[in-house]
Amino acid sequence: MAEEVKLFGKWASPFCCRIEVALKLKGVEYEYIEEDMLNKSPALLNYNPVHKKIPVLVHNGKPIAESLVIMEYIDETWKHNPILPIDPFEKAMARFWAKFIDDKFWALWPGVKKAITSSGEKEREEGIEEAQLHLNALETQLKEKKFFGGEKLGFVEISASLLIWIVVFQEVMGVEILTQEKFPALHKLTQKFVDDDVFKQCVPPWEPLVAYFKAQWGTLAASK
Amino acid sequence: MAEEEVKLFGTWGSPFSRRIEVALKLKGVQYEYIEEDLTNKSPALLNYNPVNKQIPVLVHNGKPVAESFVIMEYIDETWKHNPILPADPYERAMARFWAKYIDEKFWPAAKKTVVAKGEEQKGAIDEIQQQMKNLEGELKEKKFFGGESLGFLDIAANIIIWLVVAQEALGMDQILNEEKLPVLHGWLHRLLDDAVFKECVPPKERHLDFFKVKFGSSIASK
Repeated sequence: MAEEVKLFGKWASPFCCRIEVALKLKGVEYEYIEEDMLNKSPALLNYNPVHKKIPVLVHNGKPIAESLVIMEYIDETWKHNPILPIDPFEKAMARFWAKFIDDKFWALWPGVKKAITSSGEKEREEGIEEAQLHLNALETQLKEKKFFGGEKLGFVEISASLLIWIVVFQEVMGVEILTQEKFPALHKLTQKFVDDDVFKQCVPPWEPLVAYFKAQWGTLAASK
Repeated sequence: MAEEEVKLFGTWGSPFSRRIEVALKLKGVQYEYIEEDLTNKSPALLNYNPVNKQIPVLVHNGKPVAESFVIMEYIDETWKHNPILPADPYERAMARFWAKYIDEKFWPAAKKTVVAKGEEQKGAIDEIQQQMKNLEGELKEKKFFGGESLGFLDIAANIIIWLVVAQEALGMDQILNEEKLPVLHGWLHRLLDDAVFKECVPPKERHLDFFKVKFGSSIASK
């Protein structure tokens, strides 16, 4: 039976990047549809009426949304090159850490936003400190070697790829949040992604990504 | 075969803790339950969940698992009889999607409907009504989200009871009423009637008192 796999995404989205990595690791052929988030397509609104967000994977006409849910679906549908471990306890650990990473990423966002939109130096610093608090939590767990299983890219590593975006944010903001000095383990991890063959194909090109966020946040700062 | 040792750290009033009890009971797994005082967490809990320091935590033969959905999936994969999740990957994805929706959208809105005031409260009520309508769309004509018997999403959605009891305790109009949400209303009654689920629901009076004490003063000052 002919397989039809479509991915609705946004080139600059870390959540979309996760799905592309998963599909490429499995060697799944797919059609990629770039969405304009300011002008969402009727197809996207039809496939994800609840959240109206990307990424959405559509497999033989059936849509799945939410990046971690999509990743599990991909792993269960195309069973070769498993992303999740086989052992139930190891699997539970992978799911726990992926959720932890997502929770910290969303938690550091208000701090980043504060730093971008603040006109005052003190407020800007406060925002950076708030964001770093959550990075600290990630760094501590990573240092204790709790999340990463080794050489192969698995569920947790793929989920953690969104950390690259923090490095992008700091270049955009002209501030140092994720420094090698303060967060050596996280810094080493982001390098691992940049060097990996599959990730390289999925992570957007650096300069356009920085330019994109500069433009987005320019609007954010201006609208304050 | 080695002796199985299963412990559950939880609290009687927590819908998250309740999810695990229901899952374990549906599988007929024997476990030791440890009631935690969240104002005075035990060294054992802090040792088993140093990252989030929260309940529920399942400890299976000394290995701890935290986060209610992670625990539920672990239970389903470890004790394979009476599956909680469907076999089909797409159906599994739908159960996971809606369970996430409940925790990320419904739960914050539910808390707001109880503690917020004025326009903010009204907004939360409208929001939660729409969310429950969305859940009805997933349930459709089925007896339970899991089909003929309780499944992952039914267990996740037990958190709806938190809202229903809170509203009753505080003398608020029920958002989940038969007129506006007939499909979900029917589901709730079937859930409360289920033989296994019934064992896990806290005694009504104790549950009502809990909400009166916790939120009563915020309503009185309205």
